[in-house]
Amino acid sequence: MILSVLRSRLKYKKLTIKYPAGSPPELSERFTGRALLSGGSCRGCDGKCISACPAGAISRKGDEIILDTGRCIFCRKCENICPEERIKFTGDFRTASSVREDLLLESPSEKSFEIKKSRISSLIIKSFSIRVVSAGGCGACEADTNVLSTIGWDLSRFGIHFTASPRHADALLLIGPVTDNMKSAVLDTYNAIPDPKCVIAVGSCAVSGGIYRDGEKNLNGAGDILPVDLYIPGCPPHPLTILDALLRFTGRMK
Amino acid sequence: MDNYITCGNGEAIDTENIPVVSEDIFRSFLESEIKNSRNHLSALFASGDWGSKKIFGVISDSSESVLKVSSFVPGEKYQTFTDISPRTHLFEREIFETHRILPSGHRWLKPVRFPDGGIGEMFFFSDKGDEIHEVGVGPVHAGVIEPGHFRFQCYGEIVRHLEISLGYQHRGIEKKLKDVSPDKRIHLIETASGDATAAHSIAYCRVVEGLSSCVVPSYSSAVRAAALELERIACHIGDIGALSGDVGFLPTSSLCGKLRGDVLNLTALICGNRFSRNLVLPGGVGFDINGEIRDRILESLERIRISAEDTIALLFNTPSVLSRFEGTGFVSMETAFDFGLTGPSARGSGIKRDVRCDFSDGIYRDRKVPVSVCSSGDVLGRALVRRLETEKSFRFVKELLESLPEKVSSSDIITSSPPLSKGRVSFSLTEGWRGEVVHIGMTDSEGNLADYKITDPSFSNWPALSYAMRGEGISDFPLCNKSFNLSYCGFDL
Repeated sequence: MILSVLRSRLKYKKLTIKYPAGSPPELSERFTGRALLSGGSCRGCDGKCISACPAGAISRKGDEIILDTGRCIFCRKCENICPEERIKFTGDFRTASSVREDLLLESPSEKSFEIKKSRISSLIIKSFSIRVVSAGGCGACEADTNVLSTIGWDLSRFGIHFTASPRHADALLLIGPVTDNMKSAVLDTYNAIPDPKCVIAVGSCAVSGGIYRDGEKNLNGAGDILPVDLYIPGCPPHPLTILDALLRFTGRMK
Repeated sequence: MDNYITCGNGEAIDTENIPVVSEDIFRSFLESEIKNSRNHLSALFASGDWGSKKIFGVISDSSESVLKVSSFVPGEKYQTFTDISPRTHLFEREIFETHRILPSGHRWLKPVRFPDGGIGEMFFFSDKGDEIHEVGVGPVHAGVIEPGHFRFQCYGEIVRHLEISLGYQHRGIEKKLKDVSPDKRIHLIETASGDATAAHSIAYCRVVEGLSSCVVPSYSSAVRAAALELERIACHIGDIGALSGDVGFLPTSSLCGKLRGDVLNLTALICGNRFSRNLVLPGGVGFDINGEIRDRILESLERIRISAEDTIALLFNTPSVLSRFEGTGFVSMETAFDFGLTGPSARGSGIKRDVRCDFSDGIYRDRKVPVSVCSSGDVLGRALVRRLETEKSFRFVKELLESLPEKVSSSDIITSSPPLSKGRVSFSLTEGWRGEVVHIGMTDSEGNLADYKITDPSFSNWPALSYAMRGEGISDFPLCNKSFNLSYCGFDL
């Protein structure tokens, strides 16, 4: 029996990605990463992108537009509809930021999102334990967070773990817009985590409410009830986006 | 006049053509149809204005490949149908919660999703006896999973009863769908159950296409089927890996976790997203599969298939694994039928039913997928069905892509939603990886969406997990749970 297990195992080399020591895994050419707003003018357009955006992520400011990448679900409708080709989505997976306002793109902009080291980073040098709570998430953010524990990503090589008990956690990772029915459970979990602690919002729903924004049965993301330290937008964010954000947030990578 | 009207999968009919019968005739319609082992109650729902609300019953008849629809006007209450079939019990609770129509004689009229608050303060069935103890778990669970509350009634370590109380993920999708503009609806649907995005978006698009009499080009239909089967392969491999992990057999669990991600990456090759987002749109698809992408998928798929089949074979050849799978979480064929289980949970209990085969639609009409069945009814049965379905889906995607036309006409790539016709209703069934995804859309006399009803396979299958746990050790709960792997948000909507 054990021989067949070994025989099966010998067929494979190490399956964990090289990143961050090596280059990141290749993403699909159609992958939708960070958005850029190029120069030019929105004059003469009645705001096609604003009405096309299913998440209401684009607003007008004078002759300019503001694209809130924290609300964006990366469907590219605005990019396809803009007559001036002002909105471009790149293949850059780094869409996270520790400052909510940084996620608002005002044109023209090519700002890079900043992830400040966590204020508790001096305490989480060796290990960082995360308690994940889904509060209205659709299962996609959960899946792409969970996948970091598999051998392909092996999050634990960085000392980062998902923990069952909030008592063992350094951070609360929240998924979903926070439904009314989960609000008290989220607060209970947060309060059960000992200080000092931080909050990570994963997915557009947790960052801003996403497409559920202003819904009758939910809040507009983690920020409505908790102080958020790290925002990772996406619908869902790619595992690489989450990994990269966690590594920079914990000071494991610059 | 007939007691019911028949229509095909994805077909729209005039709402006024659905017979409105008396409560007694509706009851005998349900009773006689449900008895037939080839039939399944796909939906029981209420719709209409206050005072003239109707309850609609939709029976899917797999021997004839038709849906039979009937309705009655219940007033404020009607006599519960739970004595005819336990399948109706959750539907009736749902109708009571959203429409306040009372099913007289219903034995457990507890809220389903708590849309008006009160979650966490609910009552539970409690077993009697000095040595009975209660174990409560959730809504926040140990792993990276969605929330739900489980209340076990235990005698020692043996579970006598498990009550599952959900609703924590309730976002009010069905109502919100009516409030947003037509082009935005698909994005809400994509997150109805985010790990079954392809299934739900196909089901939704079939409803819209029925209501707008729009014909889907066969190329689009093929791309959709590729997405649906890739989703099935990814999730089944993930589930088999998770089952393997739950019995402590790490070789298969580790590799399956990796392979599942590799399959999701193939979906991302098509639409840039690992969960089929923005891929399926009303009228067609949002992305093509060009020659280069097709070749890359075919090449990777073969590599993944060899690894997956090898590591899954290792699992099924390990006696210590089989002894944990065998006989655990047993659901008999009769129980599966009574509760109206769908998908691998039903087929693992010997029910030969698969929408792809019985109500084939689009590309599945030409390319039949054989139904995989195992009659053992335990964790092993459900695992084995997943294994067989994975093998068949690998073959299906390979053959589909090999004969996929390279050129794509402009009508295939869709940018906006077609207008809906007035006063009609459309029903669609899609075989997602968890089972039958039912979507029903109704328009008013102006052509606006008047009502939308979603029945995720999880809605049908959650009660089966309770049943499977009876008489099992409480430590077998994770294994039983994983063998169904149901969606919380798909149930809660």
